Amino acid sequence: MSRLSESLASGKFTVTGEIGPPKGINIEPALHEAEEYLKGRVVAVNVTDIQTAVMRFGSMATCHLLLDRGIEPIFQMVCRDRNRLALQSDLLSAAGLGIENVLALTGDHILMGDHKEAKPVYDLDVIGLLQAMVKLEQGTDLGCDSKGRPNKLDGAPKFFKGCCVTPCADEVEPQIIKLEKKVAAGAQFVQTQAVYDPKAFGEFMKKVSHIKVPILVGIVVLKNAGMAKYMNANVPGVNVPKKLIDRLAAANKGEEYKVSIKIAGELIREMKGMCQGAHIMTLGWDKYVPDILAEAGL
Amino acid sequence: MIVAERKPLEDILKYVSGRKKVLVLGCGGCVSVCLTGGEKEAEILASELRIALGKAGHKPDISVRTVTRQCDREFNETVRREIAGADAVLTMACGAGVQLLSGMFEDAEIFPAMNTTFLGANVAPGTWEENCRGCGQCMLAETAGICPIARCSKGLINGTCGGTKDGKCEVSKDMDCAWYLIYRRLKARGRLDLLMTVRPPVNWARSSAGVKRTMTRKELA
Repeated sequence: MSRLSESLASGKFTVTGEIGPPKGINIEPALHEAEEYLKGRVVAVNVTDIQTAVMRFGSMATCHLLLDRGIEPIFQMVCRDRNRLALQSDLLSAAGLGIENVLALTGDHILMGDHKEAKPVYDLDVIGLLQAMVKLEQGTDLGCDSKGRPNKLDGAPKFFKGCCVTPCADEVEPQIIKLEKKVAAGAQFVQTQAVYDPKAFGEFMKKVSHIKVPILVGIVVLKNAGMAKYMNANVPGVNVPKKLIDRLAAANKGEEYKVSIKIAGELIREMKGMCQGAHIMTLGWDKYVPDILAEAGL
Repeated sequence: MIVAERKPLEDILKYVSGRKKVLVLGCGGCVSVCLTGGEKEAEILASELRIALGKAGHKPDISVRTVTRQCDREFNETVRREIAGADAVLTMACGAGVQLLSGMFEDAEIFPAMNTTFLGANVAPGTWEENCRGCGQCMLAETAGICPIARCSKGLINGTCGGTKDGKCEVSKDMDCAWYLIYRRLKARGRLDLLMTVRPPVNWARSSAGVKRTMTRKELA
């Protein structure tokens, strides 16, 4: 059983981190960040999968390298780049490498990335990907033999299956319906899109109180006022309140990071009582994770 | 209908360079309705070619014919003689018409004057919008008449992703999120139960992603 599933099952407030592999083979800095600042402080570390459709070093290989360093990974898998054969094969490979936590995601569209002429796949949607994981766990797969009987696996994997949700989407009901379907399809934990409004998050948590899987609130560290404004304008479902932007804007030059740490810590502290954990996304600022956790009182 | 756009003139000129007898063949079907490859557009292309080639000092014989539909053998038979007499045929039909002609007249050199784009509808004057991908397993009954395969940029079948903002898709502020539209319509009808149903993976073997599809009606064969 993964440490992540054990931690969440124990009812302990559970913190996860995240690293993004590089564009190139220089993976060492990302691994170093995880080892230096995340290991021992967070329960598991997400590894993004060709994030924002920008081609880069792979998620599965990075997860494996994290395991080598004694860090439990959460293998993010998007539906954009692989058909069901490749997805299932990669799931088996991941299990073979000792990866248990898998976060199923739709994946940003190819037009958001740096290979706009590529063919988008989306053979399975995220529900299909979760269903595939359940099938594999049952020792079968999504296909069948010539007589229509389910294929049999020679050795079945075991996963701790996750999904995401956007709690502050401008229209939240379709997000909740989709979340219900993800859980019905097999999702066992949820990591959310970035939340900056504890009150709105509290309302969301009430609306999903019937969904009995642990939810880790997403905390994206705001590096400066410009980033906050950019996210408000461009990232769906993200709403940074003006008072946070003002605080970042008022920070002394070169000391914005102190405000960033404080805001991230405060957000976790305020939402700690509403959910089962926090997923901290620093976008390269992992060195501040210890300070954020201290600020959050964890 | 099948929507097609005419290729840029410079691309078409490459096909006919050095030819002496060019036949521009319009199609009275879909491309005529979307005002890109019908009789009038065939005449316009012929004029453009005459001017462009004339400027370069070439004066090939360019004639124009338009048939009712190039995707039916019987209509193409009506221009057999003209095709045989031309050393280049520029067809303004969709890809189906180009291929049927090429199959019927194997000795003729037949070139496409169009880029075939999508199955769509005329949603506003001068605007055609893609709304069918020919997936071979229509789910419009469950999605309030809005196709997520064609109109969701990711072709998702179980509801919205996290990339929807103010009812628009993450790929463009000008593109509606299909699942937002489906949600609004189903909610207004009191049929959100249809959104809640978990749909299994699509059988793409029946779609254009599978092998070539053929429909045969035995009673007509």
